[in-house]
Formats: sequence, structure tokens, C-alpha cells
Amino acid sequence: MSAATTATTTTAAVTAVTDVRADGHIPLRSHLRHTGALIRRNLLWIRQDPESMFDAVLFPVVFTLLFVYVFGGSIGQSLGGGQEAYVQYIVPGLMAMMGMNMAQGVGTGFNQDFNTGVMDRFRSLPIGRGSVLFAKISVEMMRMLIATAILMIVGVLVGFDITDWPGLLAAVGLSAVFGSALMWVFLTLGVVMKNAQSVQAMGFLVLMPLQFGSSIFAPPQSMPGWLRTFTEYNPLSALADAARGLMVGGPVAHDLWMTLAWSVGITAVMAPVAIHKFRTKT
Amino acid sequence: MSVVCRWSVGGLSVGAESVVGMTRNDKEPGSAVSVRGLVKHYGETKALDGVDLEVREGTVMGVLGPNGAGKTTLVRILSTLLAPTAGHATVAGYDVVREPRQLRRVIGLTGQYASVDEKLPGWENLYMIGRLLDLPRKEARARADELLERFSLTEAARRPAATYSGGMRRRLDLAASMIGRPSVLFLDEPTTGLDPRTRNEVWEEVRRLVGDGVTVLLTTQYMEEAEQLASELTVVDRGQVIASGRIEQLKAKVGGRTLRIRPADPLRLRPLAEALDALGITGLATTAVDSERGSLLVPVLSDEQLTAVVGAVTAHGITLSAISTELPSLDEVFLSLTGHRASAPQDAPAADAHEEAVAV
Repeated sequence: MSAATTATTTTAAVTAVTDVRADGHIPLRSHLRHTGALIRRNLLWIRQDPESMFDAVLFPVVFTLLFVYVFGGSIGQSLGGGQEAYVQYIVPGLMAMMGMNMAQGVGTGFNQDFNTGVMDRFRSLPIGRGSVLFAKISVEMMRMLIATAILMIVGVLVGFDITDWPGLLAAVGLSAVFGSALMWVFLTLGVVMKNAQSVQAMGFLVLMPLQFGSSIFAPPQSMPGWLRTFTEYNPLSALADAARGLMVGGPVAHDLWMTLAWSVGITAVMAPVAIHKFRTKT
Repeated sequence: MSVVCRWSVGGLSVGAESVVGMTRNDKEPGSAVSVRGLVKHYGETKALDGVDLEVREGTVMGVLGPNGAGKTTLVRILSTLLAPTAGHATVAGYDVVREPRQLRRVIGLTGQYASVDEKLPGWENLYMIGRLLDLPRKEARARADELLERFSLTEAARRPAATYSGGMRRRLDLAASMIGRPSVLFLDEPTTGLDPRTRNEVWEEVRRLVGDGVTVLLTTQYMEEAEQLASELTVVDRGQVIASGRIEQLKAKVGGRTLRIRPADPLRLRPLAEALDALGITGLATTAVDSERGSLLVPVLSDEQLTAVVGAVTAHGITLSAISTELPSLDEVFLSLTGHRASAPQDAPAADAHEEAVAV
């Protein structure tokens, strides 16, 4: 047996790795292949541990039911209607939050890879580091789309009117764009923090006040002055209002631009930081 | 499966066995790994402080040193995970700084902490790495099957690696390193934390890889491991090389075995040391006094020397309470080479000091 393996090893040693280029350049086809292999890995994680999908499935169900039935009546009145009015208000708001969950998932996943030494393995392989990132983003994107679909189903069940399908798609896209920008923040946390729990806890600490201090859950008109000012500048308000405009109608342009501007700004600042931290992580 | 007797301390047979890989083909045996003046600083800490190292193709180089000596830093630089502060290193002719991508195609790395994806089954781990190395699907599948078979993991192929035992995980890690048929393999403390039986399994695998012509750079804290696997040895301490050479040469320096003699009367310790030194037994290395344990350490190279020492003790009429031979522990190697103990305290010296009773 050992003689046989010896023979194959010596002859195949040169030909084993196909797409070698003398300058070490990795062709696009290889990048796609690597990303594909890593996506498969992340999907296998879900198959191995289906509970990891719970948050994606349960978050939209729990939040929609909770907010619509607990706060829906009273907040709805201030919107000039009732529970039905609040449904139209909250569903686009929750829609806007989907991208943030995606961002958080990417950060936590990266942190786990670093801590288990798997990242060392990847880094010692002739693959672009971007492949690891793109694979993670793709899978988290998929999780986000599933969560969004569930949100829309629950939304419709509690009375949400989908009037504008292209608008709905645009809102999903916008949420993903903003989520991708936030992702750099979570990537930085994922590389810097010691464990996945810290990343989640930190994300929670940062996102919670931003989410509730925005127009996602309730219209800011009834808030005290200082908080109203905060919500006005809070990018999550712009995102939620833009999603609302796109999905149920109303003014869109200003909030849309604000959201895109924030996304570009956050990316411009945080992407270099995250990439630097990633490169210098030992 | 032939298990080499680990207790045959001091024998040179193992060294000879490891050398087999050198003669694998007609190619001129060049340098597989070449390190010149390698420096890595973390702020004030000098993890590596000017390391030179040369590993010839098809040989096993053991890098021996205590915790914190810089072994892992060295491996991480050579496998492009870490950039050096200064100095120069090539692996298979590729520069670690300028040609990392080419370099990564020809190396395999097995870290101190098994770096397989625990959530994935063994087979999926290997298949994924095959794909990441650009093997076509069919070939990646075949390679995963082949390596699982070879590392006796076929039955566990579909189970998540998290359910594997320590030895199985380490074997999977080795298999993962072999997917791309690397010409240079880095093993960073491959058996740390393994029980003796599992350690033997890993050693057996490493020997087979060497038989295939792979060049291996292995770091270890155990003299015994270095002796079992390596043909050449580099001893490092505090980021510097303190000794290097063929394992036989180093053993001649540190003594192949150490004869530990404990006089019944501790006061006779020093006079006995002086007497032995004065005796002038041919080629006998300098003795050392281990006053903590009230014994004398005499490095001996041959059975004749050992007999002569025992004879001298008897001639001086010294009563002994204990006598044994030991394979030198890392600490003792350090003591002989540098005159001081290894910089970090060793928590598992027992692994290196399998005592062997000697009939007096």
C-alpha cells in the first residue's frame, strides 16, 4: 500500500494543482470555485446545526406579532388609524432591520473561524481572502432573504397590503446595501473581539439604541425633543422611512439618498479598518 | 504496522530510518527551506531574533525548544501567516514575503491546534480543501476518499469532526495538509496534548509521509519526538538558534543517554563528580550536578563509557541509592548546550524521561 501511494505521489506532485500561474495570480474562475466551496461549507453548517436558522425564521414572526398586537393599537391611533395603520408602518420598519442581522451574522461567523484555527488553514491555502468573505456574505444574504420572505408572509397574514412589488424589491435591496455597509463594522468586531458571544453582545449594545431611537418602531413625533433630533440624524430612520416610502408609498427621494450616503460613508471609514485588522491579525 | 519501540533510548536506528527520504530521486538535494537572519518583533518582545536555518529536500528538520522559544512564530512566518520584521526566508524557492501565493501551493500546515472545521464531517473537510486547491470535483472526491482511507478515517468520514477523538482529529488535520501533495510540510507540535498511543499513530503517519519524499519541518518540545522523526535538529531558545546539526552530532554534544547516579550520601556528590571528570574516560562529556535531586548527570555515548563510569563509582567505594539512564529531556539538552535551563518551565518533563533500569 505504501509503495502504491509513493508512486502516485511522486508522479502527481507536479500536476496536482491545476490553475497555477507563475506570478501567483488567481484567475476569476478559481475565485468562483473557491467561493463556491466555501458557500457549500457554510450551508453544511446549517444542515449540521439547523437551530442556527431559528433566528432567521423566528425573528420576523416574533417581532411582527409582538409589535402589531402589543403596540399596534395605541401607536396606530397616533398614525390616524388603528392596528391596521400600524401594520403598514411596522412591516417596512422590520424589513429595514433585516440587513443588520445579516451584517451581524457575517461578523460572528468570522470570529468563529478565527478562534477555531480554520482561518489559519484558509490563509495558508492559495486562495484569495475575499473568497472567504464573499462566501459568508452570500450565505448570510440567503438567510436574510428567507427571513424577509417569512416577514412578508407573516405581514400579509396580519393584514399588510403589498401594493408595490417593485418597491418591495427595492426596499429589500436597500436594506441589503445598508447591511453590507454595517457588515464592515461587524467584521472589525469579529476580528478584534475574543469570542462570538462578545461580538453578538457588542452588536446588540450598539444596534439596540440605534434601532429603538429611530423611526423603525414608532413615529418620532411624540418623542421628546432631544430624542427626536437623534432619530432625525439616525441612519436607521432614513432606512426605515425609505423602505416605507418604497413599500407603501410616500416621499422616498430624501431618505433614499440619506441611506445611500450613510452606506457609502460607513463603508469608506470601516472597510479599510476591517481589511487592515484582517490583514494584520496573527 | 511496525511500531518502533519508544523505549529503546539512545539508539541511532531511528535516525537512520528517517534518512531514507533523502534518497528519493535523482534530483540534486537542494534546500527546501532556507532561512537567513529571520527577525520578528512584537513591540519589545523579540519572538525571533536572527534565526538561520536550512532544511534539505526530503529530510525532516526538528526544531526543538521550550514554550515561547519562537517555534510557532517561525512556522507561521514560513507558512505566510505572519510577516517577518526583518530577514529572509524561502520555501521551495519561493520568498515568503514576495511570493506568498506560489508558496502556498507547495506547502502543507498542521498547527498545534487542529485546524479542521469541526462542524463539517471529515470527508467534507477534505473535499472542501481539494476544491480550494483547484482540484476538479471528481478528483477532489477521489482524493478525499483516498486520504481518509490512508489515515484510517473512512468509517468516520460522514461524522462531524467535532465528534472525533484527539488522535483522529490530528490525523484528519494531517490528511487535510496532504491534499495538495505539498513538497514541504510544516508540523507545529503535532503531538502536543496526545496520549502516548495516539502519539505513536501520528509519528507513524509522519514517517510514511517522509517515505513519500515530503520535506518536513517539525517543531517539538520533546527530545524524544525529535529523535524519533528528525534527521537534523535545530535547538532554539528565546528566538535564537543555540545549536544545530545532524541529530547524531548533537547527541554527541549532549550525550546520547544520561546516566543519573544518586550517591546514598549526598555529600559525596561533588567529590564523585570531580573524580569522574579527573578519570579521563575517553570521550566522556562533562558531568553535571543536579543538586535538587541529589544526583549526578553523566552523558554517556557508548555502553563502554557507561560500564567505565559504573566501574569508577565502584572503585571509589561510593554507595549508590539509585542509578538509571535517561534520554535527555529538553531541559537537560539545554543544560548541556547552554549551561542554563530552558527559559520556560517544562510542565511535562516526564514524557522525555522514561527511566530504564540498569543492572549494576
